[in-house]
Parts: sequence; structure tokens; C-alpha cells
Amino acid sequence: MTVPVPYRVTEREAETADTATIVLEPVQVALQPFAPGQFAMVYAFGVGDIPLSVCAIDGHRLTHTVRAVGAVSGALHALRPGKTVGVRGPFGTGWELPAAAGLDLLVVAGGIGLAPLRPVVRQALAAPERYGRLNVLIGAREPRDLLYTEEVRGWPAALTTVDRPDSQWQGEVGVVTTLLDRATFDPPSTAAFICGPEPMIRATAGELAHHGVDPERIRVSLERNMHCATGHCGHCQLGPLLLCRDGPVVSWTRARPLLMVREL
Amino acid sequence: MADGAVVIDKAGLDALIAVLTGRGRTVVGPTVRDGAIVLAKISGGDELPYGWGVELEAGTYRLRAREDGAAFAHSAGPQSWKTFLHPPRERQWSADRGADGELTVTEDRTPPPSYAFLGVRPCDLRAIAIQDRVLTGGRHVDPAYRGRRERAFLVAVECTEPGATCFCVSMGTGPAVGPGYDLALTEVLDAEGHRFLVRSGSAEGESVLAELPRRPADETTRTAARERVAEAAERMGRSMPLVDLQVLMRETLTAERWDDVAARCLTCGNCTMVCPTCFCTSVEDVTDLSGDHAERWRHWESCFDRDFSHLQAGPVRDSSHSRYRQWATHKLGTWFDQFGSSGCVGCGRCIVWCPVGIDITEEAHALNRERGGADGEGTP
Repeated sequence: MTVPVPYRVTEREAETADTATIVLEPVQVALQPFAPGQFAMVYAFGVGDIPLSVCAIDGHRLTHTVRAVGAVSGALHALRPGKTVGVRGPFGTGWELPAAAGLDLLVVAGGIGLAPLRPVVRQALAAPERYGRLNVLIGAREPRDLLYTEEVRGWPAALTTVDRPDSQWQGEVGVVTTLLDRATFDPPSTAAFICGPEPMIRATAGELAHHGVDPERIRVSLERNMHCATGHCGHCQLGPLLLCRDGPVVSWTRARPLLMVREL
Repeated sequence: MADGAVVIDKAGLDALIAVLTGRGRTVVGPTVRDGAIVLAKISGGDELPYGWGVELEAGTYRLRAREDGAAFAHSAGPQSWKTFLHPPRERQWSADRGADGELTVTEDRTPPPSYAFLGVRPCDLRAIAIQDRVLTGGRHVDPAYRGRRERAFLVAVECTEPGATCFCVSMGTGPAVGPGYDLALTEVLDAEGHRFLVRSGSAEGESVLAELPRRPADETTRTAARERVAEAAERMGRSMPLVDLQVLMRETLTAERWDDVAARCLTCGNCTMVCPTCFCTSVEDVTDLSGDHAERWRHWESCFDRDFSHLQAGPVRDSSHSRYRQWATHKLGTWFDQFGSSGCVGCGRCIVWCPVGIDITEEAHALNRERGGADGEGTP
């Protein structure tokens, strides 16, 4: 599909000062189903569209968490229920959690990187018999940047850390990799799912590989400036990869040599 | 021989333009304008650049008069056929917001023009095939490109006059014509006159040919055509190192040579604009004064622009070092990973139109030397 399909905002919830979660439902025609890890191009009328991963999937309802950082994300963040947006998709690769059946799971999120990982956690919690131990490690800059706090409190195996605590913060302080020591997993039989800022991805995936997690089983979600999402505009290149097509979720085996070259 | 090849003369070429125009096609071909041989709509054979050649060097393009009166003895000019098939600026869709806030999106469905391209060089014919793969060969098809491409009639002309910046032999794209044409011409000028050997490559090519004043190809013309193309292969002004360029690019990502070229590169993006395969675009959203009508436009973009790799934290490729490397490694290396072929056809335009004369073949040789390979080592 090359043109946006109208979807209506049916719910909106503020997550943090600059981040909100919006629920979209098709006005008439629905797009093909999305898989966790895939993304949609969401169009704010007259402003433009940006890639947004799905952070919950429920039939034809699409849920996106958007942080207001630019013109389009600002416009989407400002939407209220009843407004209409355009949506294209689904695009890109998914997390492919079912392929990790029988393995310990390690979900590591930095900042808004938790959004695309939330469906993975939900999927794993819904079928505990299929997987080994589930670990969810969450890092944020400050306590007020934490997403889905109420839901996360209900996740049995979630550990949270912040870089800059405030006076009320009682939890861990430091980068998310410091939580790895407290996670319970057997490296040779572990699958990891990582999303966050690139330095965080490099550090986390690098450390896991060093501890014996198979790089093929470390999946990371990467971000580039996507314009078309159909493989035609060239903006999302990362060396040999077109991340709208070959990503955003790729194995550490593929990502590592590319992320280790400065400015590739 | 029973290949159906024929010979036409200059009047036959005039007739070809008339027949194609008569079939409702917009004929686009080379013509002299503003001190260059440009591609533009032509309505008669007299608009072809008879008697004009070009002098090319890194950063240099000059017309020169030719005494032999040849029509196609010039190499690539500043444009390529992507100007027509993948235009610089194009509306993709419009969106309207109704009184109730509802959104209606309308895809741009302007009937595509029916082009006939006259004088497609073998290198450029390959470039068209490469853009076909990028824009229509994957999971998502660009409908506007496909519409124009499916309706285009391609008259290729074999190259008999390579320029000093040409290296199609290195890239395996010329000077003899490859597949994909409707008609292929080879220009022959000798004591027996000025004429064109013509072969057909499609049913429509065959039927167009049947309407032209022509005679069966004689052995003299066939031999002369073959020899002229074979001689052209010997006169390439440039060449790539005889190594696997994809591997060379992969293995030299951190070479010092990128700093050397970055010190010269102005990051102007000329090379990407003249390249016949560069396809990158950006989109732009506009609204009218009512605020209820919006349009999505797409325009050519260059990986040399800092904003090309913009992310919230800043551009991924900030230095000119990384932007030149992105372009060159994409052309010669990662294009294979992404689209299954080289992104370079050896037309030499990027060398000619670089304001500081950066030469991609020279850069590839330098990278190969820095990697420790002797020039010409290995097989491509």
C-alpha cells in the first residue's frame, strides 16, 4: 500500500511529559495484521509521516507510543480521540518471539525502546509454558521518563534502572547493562531482544555475546530516517541493509560489524 | 544472416521519429542546447546533434564540432533517462480533510506519458534495468515509475565514441548493447555512406521497423558496425581495478583514503544528480491556504546532504568523509547486497560533473592500493 489509510484516534493516554500512547482504529478499511517489532508510517495531516512501531496489537487496533521530538511526532502527540490520521504498513521485520521457544528470554529496553518490546513481554507472559525464564530490564534517563509504569509493576521479572535519580527514586541507578548481573538466564540457551539508543544496543548486545549468548539469538531493533518505508528512498541504509525492509529488527550477527564502523 | 537486421539511412532515422510520434509517443533524444548535449523532446531528425562530439575530463565537459557529421558520436551528457522515468519532483498523493475531520487520500493517477527514448547508450540501458530492480523489483512497487517504464519504447545506440571518463568495459555494461531494447542502432560512417545497422529486440520494435525505409543488412555494414564497437572497447578513458569491488568496499570502510577524498569533496551532490542509477528521494508535505488540502511530493535527494541521515540526535553521517564513503560504497558494494547488482554502470558522469574532478575509478584504485593489492591484481 503506497497511500495512507485513514485510522481514527480512539484513545490517548499521556505516558510522560512529552510521550503519549495513542490507539488507532480503521475508519473503514484495515491494513494487514502487524507483528511485534514491525512498524507503521503514521501520517499527521499536512505535516508528514514517521515510522512508529506497534506497542500493542489487538485485532485491527494499532497502538503506538509517540514522543514529541519533531514536527510530525509533535503533531501526532497533540492528537486527541476523534481525530483522523493516515497509516501505511505493516513494514519491516519482527521480533519473532516464537522462534525463541524453550529458551530463556532477556528483554532489554532503553527509554522509548520499551514501546516496540512491550508486545514481546505480553506475548511471553501469555504463554509462559513455551519459554524459559523471562527477564525484562528497563533503563531510562530519569524516573519521569519511565513508560507504562503501572503495567510494568505487574510484570513479575522486570528490573528498572535510571541514569539520573530524583529525590523519590528508591530503585537502581546506572545504565541498563548493570542489571544484567541480576538477570537469571543461561547464556547458551538465551534469546535476547534489545531496543534503545544505539550506544545502549552496542553495549548490551556486546556484553551478552561476550557472556556466551549466541549472536544469532540476540535481536536488536535499529532506527534510521525512513521516508518511504518501501525500500525506494534510500534514507534508511545501514551499509548493505535497507532497514525498512531488512530491519528494523536484525540479528546481532548482522548488526555488529555495521554498528562498529563510525558514521556508517 | 537471418537475424532480421536492417540498414537505414538518415531519412530512415527521420522516419523512425515520425513513426514513433505517429504512434502517440513523446520522442526524447539527444539535442544540442546551452552548450551541452541534453535529452529533450524532439520532433524531427534535424534536432539530433549531427556533427557534434564532446570532450570530457574530470570536471570538464565541452562540445566539439565533428567533421564526420555523426549523430551519436558523443558520450553521456549531464542528464540521464531517470529524468523522465523517475522525475526530479513528483506528486504522489493528495489528502483532503472534510468538515467532520475525516481524511480522504487520493493517489495520483495521472495517465503516464508514453515515451520513446532515442539514443539510449548501452551503459544507460543497464542503468534503466538497475532502476527497474530498485523501484519495481522488490516487495513494494513504485506504481508511477512502473507506469512510465512499461510504456517506454527504447531505441538503444551502441557506443562507438567513448569519452575520456568512460569505463563501461570495467563494469561490463558496454560498449556493445545488452538486452532490454526495442530497437538497437549502430551508427556507421565510411566510404559507403552514413547509415545505421538496426536490430529489433521486441515485437513492437519489429513492427516499428517494418514501417521504415530500409534494406536488409549487408555484410560490409555488419562488419563495420562490429569493428566500430570493438574499437570503442579499446578506447576507454578509465578503468576500475580488476578486483571484486564489492569485497574491496567492504574491506576498506576504515581506510585513510576516505579522509583524502573528503578533503577534496564539496559534498555538493552533483555526482548523485547526474548518476543514472542514483534513486534516492525525500518526501515533502504541503498544504494549501485553506489548510484542508494537503499533498505529498517526492523529490530527488542526495546522500551528500547532511539531513539525509537525520535522526533526532543529529545526522548519522555528519562528516564529508562518511558521506562520500556512503555514496561510493553503495554504488560499488552494498548495491549488490540490496539489489543484486552493481549500482555503477561506468558512464563516467560523476567524474565529469564533479566540480573538483573527483574520479571514482581513481578512488577505487587508491583504496585497492591501500588494502595492499597491486593494480590489476585478481579477476573481477
